[in-house]
Amino acid sequence: MNFKNICQFSDDRKVRIPSGCGIAGIFNKHGELLSGEIIVRAIDSMKDRGNGLGSGYAGYGIYQDCRNYWCFHLLYNQATARDQVEQYLKTYFNVKLSEQIPTRKVKSIKNPPVLWRYFLETKEQMPSEKEENLIVSVCMGINHNANDAFVISSGKNMGIFKGVGEPSEIADFYKLEDYKGYLWTGHNRFPTNTVGWWGGAHPFGLLDWSVVHNGEISSYGVNRRYLENFGYYCSLFTDTEVITYLFDLLARRQNLSLDTIGKIIAAPFWIQLENYSDEEKHLLKWLRIIYGPALVNGPFSIIVARSNFMLGINDRVKLRPLVAAEKGSTFFLASEESAICCMEKNPDRTWTPKAGTMTVCFYEKEHYGNSKDCT
Amino acid sequence: MAIPKIVPDFRVIRDENLCINCQACCRVCSNDTHSFDQNIAKIISDHRKCVGCHFCEEICSTGALTIEKCYSQIRENFNWNEVDFKNLMKQAHSGGILLTGMGNDRPWINYFDHIVLNASQVTNPSIDPLREPMEIKTFIGRKPDSIEQLKKEKKLPILLETEIPVLFSAMSYGSISLNACKSIAAAAWEAKTYWNTGEGGLPESLKKFVSRTIVQVASGRFGVDARYLNEASAIEIKIGQGAKPGIGGHLPGEKVTADISAARKIPEGTDAISPAPHHDIYSIEDLKQLIYALKETVDYKKPVGVKVAAVHNIAPIVSGIVRAGADFVTIDGFRGGTGAAPVVIRNNVGIPIEIAIATVDSRLRQEGIRNHASIIAAGGIRSSADVVKAIALGADAVYIGTATLVALGCHICQKCYTGKCNWGIATQDPYLTRRLNPEIGKRRLTNLLRAWALEIKEMMGGMGINAIESLRGNRDQLRGIGLNDKELALLGIKHAGDAW
Repeated sequence: MNFKNICQFSDDRKVRIPSGCGIAGIFNKHGELLSGEIIVRAIDSMKDRGNGLGSGYAGYGIYQDCRNYWCFHLLYNQATARDQVEQYLKTYFNVKLSEQIPTRKVKSIKNPPVLWRYFLETKEQMPSEKEENLIVSVCMGINHNANDAFVISSGKNMGIFKGVGEPSEIADFYKLEDYKGYLWTGHNRFPTNTVGWWGGAHPFGLLDWSVVHNGEISSYGVNRRYLENFGYYCSLFTDTEVITYLFDLLARRQNLSLDTIGKIIAAPFWIQLENYSDEEKHLLKWLRIIYGPALVNGPFSIIVARSNFMLGINDRVKLRPLVAAEKGSTFFLASEESAICCMEKNPDRTWTPKAGTMTVCFYEKEHYGNSKDCT
Repeated sequence: MAIPKIVPDFRVIRDENLCINCQACCRVCSNDTHSFDQNIAKIISDHRKCVGCHFCEEICSTGALTIEKCYSQIRENFNWNEVDFKNLMKQAHSGGILLTGMGNDRPWINYFDHIVLNASQVTNPSIDPLREPMEIKTFIGRKPDSIEQLKKEKKLPILLETEIPVLFSAMSYGSISLNACKSIAAAAWEAKTYWNTGEGGLPESLKKFVSRTIVQVASGRFGVDARYLNEASAIEIKIGQGAKPGIGGHLPGEKVTADISAARKIPEGTDAISPAPHHDIYSIEDLKQLIYALKETVDYKKPVGVKVAAVHNIAPIVSGIVRAGADFVTIDGFRGGTGAAPVVIRNNVGIPIEIAIATVDSRLRQEGIRNHASIIAAGGIRSSADVVKAIALGADAVYIGTATLVALGCHICQKCYTGKCNWGIATQDPYLTRRLNPEIGKRRLTNLLRAWALEIKEMMGGMGINAIESLRGNRDQLRGIGLNDKELALLGIKHAGDAW
């Protein structure tokens, strides 16, 4: 394999690349499994929203047999980096399985990096919060310190598949049709100033978080520095990275409700506070005072997923499109209604979420853990 | 011997064709520059007395007067420049420390002038403040780490809430006139920001503005009692001032009028001397004791801040102050103004505010205590662009002093210490102070704040940012021009031409 070109790509990671994009997500809240093809259809329908310089997918429920193991997807720009990272992983984890991510040759994808996945369990038994913090610090360690290796995803029973290419090419490359999941998100990228690199494509992941994002975060400089206070170091130079870490910080570490997080990253305008009760006003004011640096400014529509929910949220003035729909137990989000139509021709309901509001769908508890195949 | 005289700084040019000998200039000049010569029935001007305040020029009804720089030059010499030459001559004559007013006027680099802002193009729409809300409301004080921590606290932290991140800097009643104080206090009230009493106490007639007042506790403790502390919105312990770090203050007894003596709580006619250090603060532990003594006095209902001059070790100093319990820290850069300071101190001591903000902000973030205190930057803020740059470098808000006075008429003649301010600002002479109408003064200051608020919103909108929180510390929006690597690293910004 020739790594020459990839080394050129890795220089691009020193530069933050704002991008326009198309996003979509599908979630069966009863855990019924859907083939990856469905999300590819949706993303591929929004060709105009990308330029072939990046695309990717996140699937949940795809590793049913290994659902209790942490699954790391690794991207190596240099094959030599693998030994180093594997040594590092082995200091914290028992490796259940280590294999190359299955790919097929696609004509237009030249010189792909080495892609590897690991199913891991921690060496010591520890409380889940501690275990999650360990995963975060291992990911930060690799992404921040290793030059030629990047952790693409690091959750359980989920994985992210992304790279530089058109949506259909990336799906082909990763044989996405072989995976079945109850939740899929996808992304089509339009980087605006330079060639995208594989690690910079979306979705962006940490633990079982995955984020796809359309927009440019003008508060990136503030958000990044705020996150550094809490030990998150942005090393992938995409705006999306800060959103992922913000969710991890606020939801997992500070245990705030999704609704509260929505009010932080897309805080209501001061003038809108008049519409709230005194108690809510009080809370909103303090959220703004405390979490001002976590406010995400600039245009964005994002889809955030975790094992048990999928949500969509817009910036406060809705400078990027986002449409939601539902059909039975399935919930859809996409940049365009046309993408939803590619997944479901007759939704029960289609609506456009308002600026700054969060649209969220949870896994229904009675179905949790018994995913079944419905394709 | 022939005693060399000093060449005057200014020349008064009188257009004889326009002058109608009304003698208004003779009456108004507090420096007695103009006088009417009965013998020749003409006004003559003594250039030597002119301080360049331009008051006569501006009130002259026929426009007969122009004040110009005096061009009688010594032989050009970059080493022995005119300023140093003249100062040396004055000292050879007087044998004393030379005094001056206002901020450092030396041609040091101004980093604000080497920083440019970003604007959105294509990938990110700029936001039109006429169509969309643009938020610049600012809170100053200690902010909890998380909402959970807030719930655990017995009392809600008290914060200052201002509609614009620009506050009026500390200028005492005594250093400036009551009419100037009134203009400033009333403007702060109307614009919903804050003004600062300086070490002048709080005159009775300004008490109606207490809810927009920051009171100072300085080394002389003038005007301080429990009532003064409890009435105010916040308390600022003044350790140092950008124009004269390490130097105290001295209000001569002749300026301590009945009113000023009442406000400062000292006998009429006595010198008001603020020592260089606080004699009860010789260390950071002592400062902590004073911070908590003040907090106890006000039952933890007011934020207590500390003002320091920007000096070499500013980042660790501010870190210590924050850990000592300050709710906000005011950092005064070396271009900060003063009513009186030794020339040599003003011109040579301290560091630029831009560097101080950047290094302090970075340091506090590294230590994870940035939210424990707000940073108010002072010293050399001239325009709304400076405000935006200061905030993007990491300040929470700025103080304006010189800019405030310029809006009230000041022409920065630097003679504040003489008490003869023709504009009625830095003087207690009733003949001069009545030239400043506090109603008009207030209007001019609210106009200034309004204009700056509009401009700040335009600049933010251009960057695609609609909340000041997203600008604060957002150095990605700044680029340096003509700065070396070290300067860029200290400021934490990239050079123009570097992408994200």
